[in-house]
Amino acid sequence: MSTKGRLYLDGVSVVFDGFRALNNLSLVVEPGEMRAVIGPNGAGKTTMMDVITGKTRPTSGTVRFGDHDLTRMDEADIANLGIGRKFQKPTVFDALTVFENLELALKAPRGPFACLRWILTGEAKARIDQVMEETGLTARAGDLAAILSHGQRQWLEIGMLLMQDPQLLLVDEPVAGMTDQETEHTAALLRRIAGERSVVVVEHDLEFVRALGRKVTVLHEGTMLSEGPIDQVQNDPRVIEVYLGR
Amino acid sequence: MSATIATPTPSRLRLGLRAATIAVILLLALMPVLNRLPADHALHISDFVVSITGKWICYAILALAIDLAWGYAGLLSLGHGAFFALGGYAIGMHLMRLIGPRGVYGHPVLPDFMVFLGYTDLPIFWWGFQSFPYALFMALFVPGVLAGVVGFLAFRSRITGVYFSIITQAMTYALMLAFFRNDMGFGGNNGFTDFKELLGMPLNAGGTRAALFYASLATLVGTYFLCAWITRSKLGRVLIAVRDAESRVRFLGYSVTQAKLFVFVLSAMISGLAGALYVPQVGIINPGEFSPGNSIEAVIWVAVGGRGTLIGAALGAFSVNAMKTWLTTIAPDLWLFALGGLFVAVTLLLPKGLLGLLRGRRS
Ligand SMILES: Nc1ncnc2c1ncn2[C@@H]1O[C@H](COP(=O)(O)OP(=O)(O)O)[C@@H](O)[C@H]1O
Ligand SMILES: [Mg+2]
Repeated sequence: MSTKGRLYLDGVSVVFDGFRALNNLSLVVEPGEMRAVIGPNGAGKTTMMDVITGKTRPTSGTVRFGDHDLTRMDEADIANLGIGRKFQKPTVFDALTVFENLELALKAPRGPFACLRWILTGEAKARIDQVMEETGLTARAGDLAAILSHGQRQWLEIGMLLMQDPQLLLVDEPVAGMTDQETEHTAALLRRIAGERSVVVVEHDLEFVRALGRKVTVLHEGTMLSEGPIDQVQNDPRVIEVYLGR
Repeated sequence: MSATIATPTPSRLRLGLRAATIAVILLLALMPVLNRLPADHALHISDFVVSITGKWICYAILALAIDLAWGYAGLLSLGHGAFFALGGYAIGMHLMRLIGPRGVYGHPVLPDFMVFLGYTDLPIFWWGFQSFPYALFMALFVPGVLAGVVGFLAFRSRITGVYFSIITQAMTYALMLAFFRNDMGFGGNNGFTDFKELLGMPLNAGGTRAALFYASLATLVGTYFLCAWITRSKLGRVLIAVRDAESRVRFLGYSVTQAKLFVFVLSAMISGLAGALYVPQVGIINPGEFSPGNSIEAVIWVAVGGRGTLIGAALGAFSVNAMKTWLTTIAPDLWLFALGGLFVAVTLLLPKGLLGLLRGRRS
């Protein structure tokens, strides 16, 4: 089987001052797959994303995307490989407008001189308009990101991911702090985004995970506790004990 | 601005600001002309005012350079005075070479201080400085290379914020100590002075002074347009993004190191050019130009005028220096207190500086 576009973690450990945030974690996400990762607070979900995106170097273990060894690359290079990330705390650029945020994320040459010479073509503009449409931000195009609501900031960040046109999307707790309606909108958005790309969604909210309706991985204390469809996982006695039973 | 309009629309304000800026530039351009009027003419402007304004124009160029790095990319350099001084030294070396046999010791090649220190040959790093294009090139090249090296080391190791500021401050301090030494070959604590001519024109002639004034003014306007072009390009938005959320920019696939290096090197080169225009006008360059206080003062101009607004940076350089000139004549001991107080007041009360005040309190 081809390894192209496949995310492969094997025996990954991350130790912070003696504390094992990730403990011998192994995980494979196939191209085009959508995976939900759940687990109690402190389980290591965010740390896992940090390792994949080059923010944190694993203490030991293998992290590969296709043929690329991600443990040897920096954040920008990993992003340019086609791995996009949405942070737990929404991070958009407050001093820029919605349109400008998306324009920065748009896949295009990234060097300083290329940016200096950049001219917004009709094609690029159409692409930005399309993503604003998809994320429901068309009416806010000219507004500074600073004045968006919490939900809109999350969608803007998801929109920025779409602009990057990544092969693998990592989404950290996209619906935290959202209203029910916003949560539904987000689930629909993520389902639409999936398809040809792989998506890893970290979430607490089980209803949301159920709404996504995909394979689930349960993390606990830095290791994988259980993996499978949501109903199977919810009935796993180990999972019930550490997470769902409380 | 019409008093009946409580909150003018931004575009209207921008137009007003633009008109005011053009008016100020035209007034500045008139100064050397008015200087030529007879001394008893009502519109006559004294040599003193023209020459001090010429200095301030150079300071305004430096302020633009600092604002580009600090206001847009978040790089608070407390060592930009070093780039300014290096540009000044480069042109100073050219001016020293042009003195030729007219020095006190009458040596055909060596500047007086070298004869005095017992040099027999011109040091290698002085070669070529008899050429004006070469000296001008070095005024840009040396600050650019220094900023490139310091910036590369700092940005690659992800040194940011106050640590970066401290490194740049240490850089200018170290250079000051080095330039104070006689054996560096830069005239020690006396630096360079007694310049005679530039491009075949005697430096003390009115025409030369006017030419230098116009060259500085043209450079200021040119630098403004260069900075405006950069800050309005996508690169400008990348810089703002780096300033506000550096790590997020990396996850979008941009090299933060490259973006910062670009802006820091360019900013250093502009500062060097400002220094190169400054030295022929003031007629002296010495290691005092490297003193850490100079760099801090220049940052205060930008803070006072309005960080992140190009016009504000230039406005800050003019207004703080006007205040300095006025205060140092009436109460010289008060200046440092006033400067410190001004900085605190602006930081607390006017985070967007004077330009923010002009634009009203809307955020
Ligand atoms: N940079 C760090 N230094 C020390 N401990 C950390 C660091 N990052 C995360 N941790 C710890 O690692 C554990 C896992 O954190 P995290 O991955 O954020 O969990 P989750 O996202 O699943 O809630 C937590 O106990 C957290 O305190
Ligand atoms: Mg987390």
